[in-house]
Amino acid sequence: MPDTPNIIEVRDLRKVYRVGEVDVHALRGANLDVPRGEFLAVVGPSGSGKSTLFHILGGLAAPTSGSIVMDGQDLRSLTDEGRTELRKKTVGFVFQKYNLLPTLSARDNIEIARSIAHRSGPQEEWFKDALKLLGLDSRLDHKPRALSGGEQQRVAIARAIVNHPAILLADEPTGNLDTKNSDAVLNLLRQLNKQIGQTILMITHNPEAAQFADRTVHMRDGQIVEAPPKE
Amino acid sequence: MINKLVIENLKHRPVRTFLSMVAIGIEVTMVLTLVGLSYGMLEESARRARGVGADIIIRPPGSSALTLSNAPMPEKLLEYFGKLPHVKIVTGTVVHPLVFPESVTGIDLATFSSMSGGFNYLSGGPFQAADDLIVDEHYARQGKLKVGQQIKLINRTWRVCGIVESGKLARLFVQLPVLQELESNQGKLSQIYLQADNETETQSIIAGLKGTPALKEYGIYSTSELVSMFSVNNLPGLKAFIWVIIGLGIVIGFLVVFLSMYTAVLERTREIGVLKAIGASPSYILNILLRETAVLAFFGSIVGIGLSFVSRWLIMTLVPASLQQKVMPEWWLICMGISLVGALLGTLYPAWKAATQDAIDALAYD
Ligand SMILES: Nc1ncnc2c1ncn2[C@@H]1O[C@H](COP(=O)(O)OP(=O)(O)OP(=O)(O)O)[C@@H](O)[C@H]1O
Ligand SMILES: [Mg+2]
Repeated sequence: MPDTPNIIEVRDLRKVYRVGEVDVHALRGANLDVPRGEFLAVVGPSGSGKSTLFHILGGLAAPTSGSIVMDGQDLRSLTDEGRTELRKKTVGFVFQKYNLLPTLSARDNIEIARSIAHRSGPQEEWFKDALKLLGLDSRLDHKPRALSGGEQQRVAIARAIVNHPAILLADEPTGNLDTKNSDAVLNLLRQLNKQIGQTILMITHNPEAAQFADRTVHMRDGQIVEAPPKE
Repeated sequence: MINKLVIENLKHRPVRTFLSMVAIGIEVTMVLTLVGLSYGMLEESARRARGVGADIIIRPPGSSALTLSNAPMPEKLLEYFGKLPHVKIVTGTVVHPLVFPESVTGIDLATFSSMSGGFNYLSGGPFQAADDLIVDEHYARQGKLKVGQQIKLINRTWRVCGIVESGKLARLFVQLPVLQELESNQGKLSQIYLQADNETETQSIIAGLKGTPALKEYGIYSTSELVSMFSVNNLPGLKAFIWVIIGLGIVIGFLVVFLSMYTAVLERTREIGVLKAIGASPSYILNILLRETAVLAFFGSIVGIGLSFVSRWLIMTLVPASLQQKVMPEWWLICMGISLVGALLGTLYPAWKAATQDAIDALAYD
């Protein structure tokens, strides 16, 4: 394990999107430290840069400037191939919806993530335990369209952690779910965090969802503020 | 696992998959049918040329091995050839072209029969009257002709007197003098056939003929020489035609697969984004699409090979006399290659688009 207990260290992170003639400053000097094993909720108004932060952390986009160290890796020095490796091994993504490949069964959606990461053979014990937490045994051979939104999200979470990533990034994983399904998903995340020590970053708009996390940070105008902004 | 995804993707859109395969199949059938026709018709010509039973064929000055000439040869030549050493039988014919590829051939039934071994009459019999016509089985089938029936050819009404097994020189036969008179070409022949008393004498007879100054301009061929000219390699036009067909096949395959894969990629924008989010590299995405294409091309080719038998059956049933399609297993692999090349070319752009598309754009919700 690296010396620092922080699995994520973000310093003065900036991201500028060029849209036609206009520069959109999505991130304006964000700083963030996340200790290993933490379940962190990220909240903030629409357009404040939450998804942009996750895309950069997850290697889907390159930062404009600033430094990021994830699980001991400096992301600034990464090439496209390096970012592909990062997505394969270091991070797992869960999005708001349509996470699954519609043509594959739930089980195969999980398996393909393993095959992309060149893992084969029987699933490891810890993952079998994690699958039990899903409570989906009987439905794993269904195609996504035969699963409810909550079931789909739980499969997506299983797929995101199957390669044992250091960090799970969930961008509004319950944004599309009713309360009951939402609770099932949030409970699953909390259990994964507590039982296998999975580090989780979760974006949410819902204060109740944020309650499931150990800590909540707020984003505003492309920056991270610890406390909710006072009006 | 990647293969499973490929198969599931193809099964997910069964209509598109089916239509793509059928379209590739039609492309393959087109190639197989046109190539099969080229070879089939050449082989049929060769077979019928051999069926005459001649060892040597003589054509008038100015004609090539495969084309006819309007400058016929005098009938008196028959007598001259007949007296040459080792020449056993001599017969002459006149050919009157009809609508391509049909023609009427005037024969001297007695000498023609003794050279070729005689017609095998499936019904009817030899010529009796001047306007009698012998047809082969395929022409009879195509024209739904029966013995005794009248048909009009070259501004004249003929009576079908016999239907014979095919394979001897031509499909339509009338008596030589009748056709000569019709053409106002009395005493002239367009081809002369010689049979040697022993096949091994063929070359010496030909040498003797070629050494005769009066025959200098004449086309003198052994049957085996003539038959070997009925090959694609000897016909630059046909060779070019086959290359054009292959090119067309590739273009059709390209267009079909381009459209099919292009829509597939547009439709799967989000899935491709998801795959990238779980760590799939651009080459992995490329790999998926290329494999899907290869499956389409492979099964499309099999559909096409099957369809080529349908086209052959149709041709044999509807126009057996005009067209012959050969079954060419050696072209099956070539056609798979053609469809694969076209298909892979067609996937390149859609696959490149998919492999390089921005994952974040793909993952954005509309
Ligand atoms: N690919 C892009 N191209 C251009 N601008 C972008 C792009 N992605 C995000 N932006 C802009 O960057 C800013 C931050 O967007 P982001 O999606 O990170 O916000 P967010 O906090 O996730 O909002 P929400 O809560 O609505 O999901 C917005 O102004 C957005 O329009
Ligand atoms: Mg967002």
